[in-house]
Order: sequence, then structure tokens, then C-alpha cells
Amino acid sequence: MLRYIIRRLLQGVLTFFGATFVVYALMFANQNDPLQALAGERPITDNVRQALTERYHLDEPFIIQYGYYMQGIFQGDFGTSLTGREITVLLDQAWPNTFRLAVMAVVFAALIGIVAGVVAGIRRAGIFDHTTLIITLVLISIPIVVLAPLMQLFFGVELRWFPATAGANPTFYALMLPAMVLGAGSLATYSRLTRTSVVENLRADYVRTAKAKGLTRNRVIGVHVLRNSLIPVITYIGVDLGGLMAGAIVTEGVFNIPGVGSQLFRGITTEDGPLVVGFVSILVIIFILANLIVDLLYAVLDPRIRYE
Amino acid sequence: MRGKTAIKISAGLAATALLVTACGGGGDDESGASNAVVSIEVAEPQYLLPSNTNETSGSQVLAALFTPLVDYDVDNKPVEVAAESITTTDNVTWTIKLKDGYTFHNGEKVVADSYINAWNYGAYGPNGQNNSYFWEKIEGWADMQSEDPDGEEGPQKAPEPKAKTLTGLAKVDELTFTVKLAAAFSEFKTMLGYTAFYPLPAAAFASEGVVKEDFQEAIIGNGPFKMKGTWQHDSQIEVEQYAEYPGEKPKVQGVIFKIYQALPAAYADLAADNLDVLKQIPTENISSAEADLGDRFKKSPASTFQFVAFPTYQQEFSKPEVRRAISQAINRDEIITSVFKGSQTAARSFVSPVVAGYREDTCGQYCAFDAAKAKSEYDAAGGPKQITITYNGDGGHKDWVDATCNQLKTNLGIECTGVAEPKFADLLTKLDDKQPIGMFRMGWVMDYPSMENYLGPIYTTDGSSNYYGYSNKQFDALYKEGVSAATPEEAIAKYQAAEDLLVQDMPVIPLRFGQNNFGHSTKVKNVEMDLFNRVNLIKIEAA
Repeated sequence: MLRYIIRRLLQGVLTFFGATFVVYALMFANQNDPLQALAGERPITDNVRQALTERYHLDEPFIIQYGYYMQGIFQGDFGTSLTGREITVLLDQAWPNTFRLAVMAVVFAALIGIVAGVVAGIRRAGIFDHTTLIITLVLISIPIVVLAPLMQLFFGVELRWFPATAGANPTFYALMLPAMVLGAGSLATYSRLTRTSVVENLRADYVRTAKAKGLTRNRVIGVHVLRNSLIPVITYIGVDLGGLMAGAIVTEGVFNIPGVGSQLFRGITTEDGPLVVGFVSILVIIFILANLIVDLLYAVLDPRIRYE
Repeated sequence: MRGKTAIKISAGLAATALLVTACGGGGDDESGASNAVVSIEVAEPQYLLPSNTNETSGSQVLAALFTPLVDYDVDNKPVEVAAESITTTDNVTWTIKLKDGYTFHNGEKVVADSYINAWNYGAYGPNGQNNSYFWEKIEGWADMQSEDPDGEEGPQKAPEPKAKTLTGLAKVDELTFTVKLAAAFSEFKTMLGYTAFYPLPAAAFASEGVVKEDFQEAIIGNGPFKMKGTWQHDSQIEVEQYAEYPGEKPKVQGVIFKIYQALPAAYADLAADNLDVLKQIPTENISSAEADLGDRFKKSPASTFQFVAFPTYQQEFSKPEVRRAISQAINRDEIITSVFKGSQTAARSFVSPVVAGYREDTCGQYCAFDAAKAKSEYDAAGGPKQITITYNGDGGHKDWVDATCNQLKTNLGIECTGVAEPKFADLLTKLDDKQPIGMFRMGWVMDYPSMENYLGPIYTTDGSSNYYGYSNKQFDALYKEGVSAATPEEAIAKYQAAEDLLVQDMPVIPLRFGQNNFGHSTKVKNVEMDLFNRVNLIKIEAA
């Protein structure tokens, strides 16, 4: 088990370097004039160009710029963005917000999605099953760019049940609406996955055996069906958590949460290489860890799986 | 929750009422709202240093913290604020006398050196300050810049400039200094209202000529408000009234500049009454703003000027007749209604309505929509059968460019396509290389309210933003005469004569003037926007 974890972490280190290199190269290839991008539609003056070019080594070739960057990372220094702010400070500010938002979204989606999925699976073809089918279909088909402003208008501006925007230091309450919006798409997928899986497992041989042994219905469903049905759902949640972090751009924009999404968006539009790579590096780490945890959870859920 | 707030407010009111009575009734019958704090939307400022801030969010915050030498009256003419007097006899040497009694928020007295040191820092090339070019007109500026000997791609570093200070600045006594310009400029006083010309306290400098790196995190100014705490990046900047401020006191106790990543979020907060002032209603909400906000939705003229330019160095656009015919074939009002939902106004002059000397409709018949005449003149002049309008795809220009092209297709019977360059930088690169990109969009935001700030950079032969190769010796001469005229009035007369030449030559087609479309909550009143898209913080008060 320990060997497996170490091996996975070592693979993670390789992935980390590979990913940052690719992202850095892409940012470099895509940027023709980051200083002008920073200045927007105003022509940039010569003295500013000169001063900033030297400060950020923009006159050096790509591989040397990457070298400077990596050198910094080994010293725990993620560099400074083109607006002169330290990337570590930006990360410090942005991650907690996005992380809270994503976790709240996953918890919300998992709680409601799995329960709805199990109930729908057990009462297949009943009213509840049909209703959830329709609701989840609607949720999946509304893109978040539509859903987020709509929810904000309805619950934030008209009814005023929630604050319309969350701001930089949001309370749990202020994050609830954005989390629900962000989790809505996942919720639908979780419930559909759970339902299908439950329906399949209900017909499995071991369930028939368990029933024949005279186990109570609760035990059959709670232990035998649910445990096996959760494997595909957990896999999906693991991948989804990383995806939600990266995909929070829209939600964060609509609800004004200065998190990873909004910083990344700004970094990309202003061709701010250090900023984008810094954030993507952390995203890569989260993806690697989330997937590792998912793989380890398999072993807990399915006794047949053993890691050496 | 709601009850509690109400109690708090009434307690506050009672306290203020007591204070007012205790003072013996200052004579003004304010409703006790002076302890109010209002919130104003801004985007995350790039920098908060007078010499480096050139976008509206940063200038809005700095406007609260600093008092300029001059401000502008209703006719957009400069009036002294922090300055006692600004005088000159020859338009070359200007004597600036400061008002006594102004102090920085750390208690330091505002003296002539506060200005001299701040301006020297801003003008020094290697400091890389965005507003450096504002000191260009002052004697000695050129010696403070240096050029990279092998261009910016080369390995060599630029050598140190010859001088570290502006020779044109001289201290006379504690509160007086003189500014010597490199050449006569009649409207120098007008420039002094811009953000770049604020003073800095001695506390800003780590050593001579070097501003402390974290100074902008808790900047110290000479204005009506002082910073409360530090700049909370991506979150907010809070300021409160500075008790020792000798000038006109604001009517609110403090301002919170709330930082938004995107305008629609700010609009939602405004509609929910969580935000007091939104400086720019997003275009997608313009049509519903009237219904959402009622008379709290306001409009005022802004300085932006949008136009389409001709590469006059290209054969097919070299004839003024062709350029004028294209202008006549565009129905400006229709595009403003259909694409901009009335959020901008049609431009039929070459300078913006916010400057002194602006005349309405100087362009006359050439900007009046007349499809039939446009077609016959276009055909007679032998205009090109195919044209393109290039724009930068990152600025939201596609819709109006396409609409303009459609009008040209219909009205002139030619082929017209809109071509997007990914970014503004790409557009500028192609223009610098004089690539044949056809007509292209451009815009201008003024630095200080003067016709000169439009005519000089956009239309003179060596203007900094003249990307279209327009050159008219007579125009240049009139512009120069205006710049060195004895009085602002004489200058305006020259500028207007110069503008009349543009009508004949039509190097660009004026399309639209910007407009501040702003809104405020039910909690504030007297919300006014100035020429720089900033909320007037002295006038705003709690409702």
C-alpha cells in the first residue's frame, strides 16, 4: 500500500513538471506582447516597456525564462505577476475561496444527488424516478452561464434570500447560492450515475443471495447494493472536484468571488505567464491528489482490489 | 436583522444630532447623514501611485486620497484647488503658488518639494511609470530617458539617462515653485488637473528618487479622505474623512471602493441595494436599467471618442472624396440604437463634447447620413470595390463593425468584411509595419480636457496615436499656433480652424462619443460623474 502511494506521488512529480512546462510553453507561444495586453487599448510608452521588459526577462528566449521560473520555484518563490504582485500572495488569497466553493458544491451535489439516485433506483419507473429524470435532464441541459445569473437574479436580487454577490471574504451563507449553482450540473450526473448503478446491482446475483439469506431490506440496500453502486460515483466525484475548481470561472465571475477562476481568467487575457503557470501548477497538484484519494477509496469499497 | 440595523442607524442619527447641537449648530441643516459610508464599484486597480495610475479605477481611488492643483468647472475650464495661483507671462515659465494649510495624512505639510520630488520620480525613464509622458513638455525631460542601444530584443541593457531630475522645476520658497516648459504651451494649467500631477509626501521615498515599494499599499495623500488600513487586493479599498483637511469637506464620512471582477456582478448588487454607485452599467443591462433603477439610472457625457481610421498611405483610401463618401454612407444613429441601446452618442465632430471649444456637428454634411449621395460620390471618386474594417477581437467591437459593414454593403453596393485581430497589440503591430489591413477601428480617451489633447496625438503628422499616416502641413501649423497661443481663448480659435481642415480631409470617420451610464442605490443622492469617469466624492451624500 505504502509503496503504491509513493509510486503514485513520484509519478505526480513528473506530471507536475511536464504540465508546468507545457503550460509555460503554451503561454509563451501565445503571447506576442504581454506588456501591451496589460495596458489594454492604450498604446504603451517606451520607458514603461523598457523597464518592465528588463524586470520580467521578456527579452530572453523561452527556455531561459522557464529556467528563471523553475529556479524560483525551487526556492519557494513563484515569482511576481506582471502587475507586480507576488504569485504566492495571490494563490494564498484565491485558493481558500475556490476550495471552499468547490467542496461545498460537491457536498451539496453528492448529498442530494446520491440520495435521489438511490431512491429513484429502488423505485424504478415510479413517480419519483420520472420526476428526478426530468429535473436532472433540465439541470444538465442548462449551461452554467445561463443558470448562474438566473439564480442570482431570482434568489439574490428579487427574493433577496441570499446575498447577490459573495465578495472577497464570503461567509458560509453567502457561498451557498454560488455553491448550489456550481454543483447543479454535478448533482444531476451524480444522481443519474447512482440510479443506473443501483438498478444494475439490484439485479446482481449477490443481492439475490443476500435477500435469500433473509437479510433485512435496509441491510441489503444499505450495505450490499449501495457499497458497490458507489464505486463509479466516487470515481466521478474525484475527477469532478478538480474539474469544479477549474470550472469555477463562470460562477466566480457572476458572484464576484476573487478565486482561482477569476485570477486565471485575468492571467490569460493579460498574457500574464507567471500568474497562469502558478495557478495551473496548483491545479495539477490537486488533480493528482484527488485521483490518488479516489484510487485508495476503491480499495475500501471493493475488497477485491488490493494495491501492491 | 433588519430591526437591528434600523436601531443602529437611528442611534447614529441621534449621536450626530447631539454632536451638531453641542457644536452650537454649525448653521447648516444637514440631516445628520454625514457619518454615512457609501460604496462605489471599481475594478482591481493596476497600481495606486499617481505617476503610474492611468486607468479609471485607480484614478477613482486616488481622487479620494489626493487634491489636485486644479479641478474643472462647468465649462470644463481649470480652477485652482490645492494651488493658490498658477500664473505665467509667456506660457513658458509657470509659477505655481500653493495654498497654505494643506497637510498629508501623516501630518507632513504639503510644500513645493512634495510636487518637485513626485514629478521627478514620475518623469525618470527607468522608473517605468505609465504617466511619464505627462512631463514631456517640461524642460529636461528628454535627458531623463534612455534608449536601449540594440532594441528591446537585444541583450544589451539601456544605459543610465543623463539626468535624474527635471531642470525645468525650481523651488522659489516653501510654497512656491516654477515650471519651465521646453516650448510655450498655453494650456499647461489644464494639464495640472490630471492624476499624474499629485504631490507625494517625504514619507513615500525610501531614499532620494526611490519610492518605497509598498507605499501604494497604504498610500498617503493630501486629499479629503485618508486610507483606512491597507489596500485589500481583489476585495476593497476603504477610505475615511481626513479631519485636518482644509478644503471643502465631503458630505459622507467614508467611502468603500468595492472591487468587482466583472460588471454584471456589480449590477446585481446595485439592483439588490448592496452597492451604492455603479460607474458603468454593463451593456447587456442598459435596456433594462430604466425599468430596474428608474430615475437612479443616470447619463452624462464622457471623453471617449470612437472612430474608424483610413490608412491614408494606401492608394485606394488616399482620396478625401472616397473617405467622405464612406462617412456619408454610415447611419450612426441606427447603430447606436440597435447595437449600443443608446449607451453612446453619435459623433459628428473631431473632438469630444467634454472639452472647451467643442462645436456640435463640425463635420456637417459629410457625417449626415445620405445613402444616395454617398453612392454617387463614391462611384465618381472611384472608391475600392472591396473594403475591410479591422478591429481587435478582445474589445467587444464585432457587433458594430459588422453592422457598419452591412450599411456600407447596402448603401455603396460594395463588398465589406469585418476582420478581427485577436488583440489590440496585434492590430498595433500590423499598423506599425504598415501592413495593408484596410480601414481599422480606433478610440481615444483624453488625458486632460483640452482640444489639444485630441488634435495633437490623433491628427498631427507626428502625433503619438496617428497610425494612419495623416499629414497636413497647414493643420500642423495651426495646431502649433494654438499650442503656443497667448491665451486659452486664442488657442481655441486656432484649434477650431485646424478642426475645420479635418472635415475636408477626413483622415478618420467620427462615429461615437462615450457616455457615462451610471446608476446608484436608494441610499445615496447627488451622484455626479466627472469628465474622467469618476464619481464626485465631495458632492455625493446619503439619502
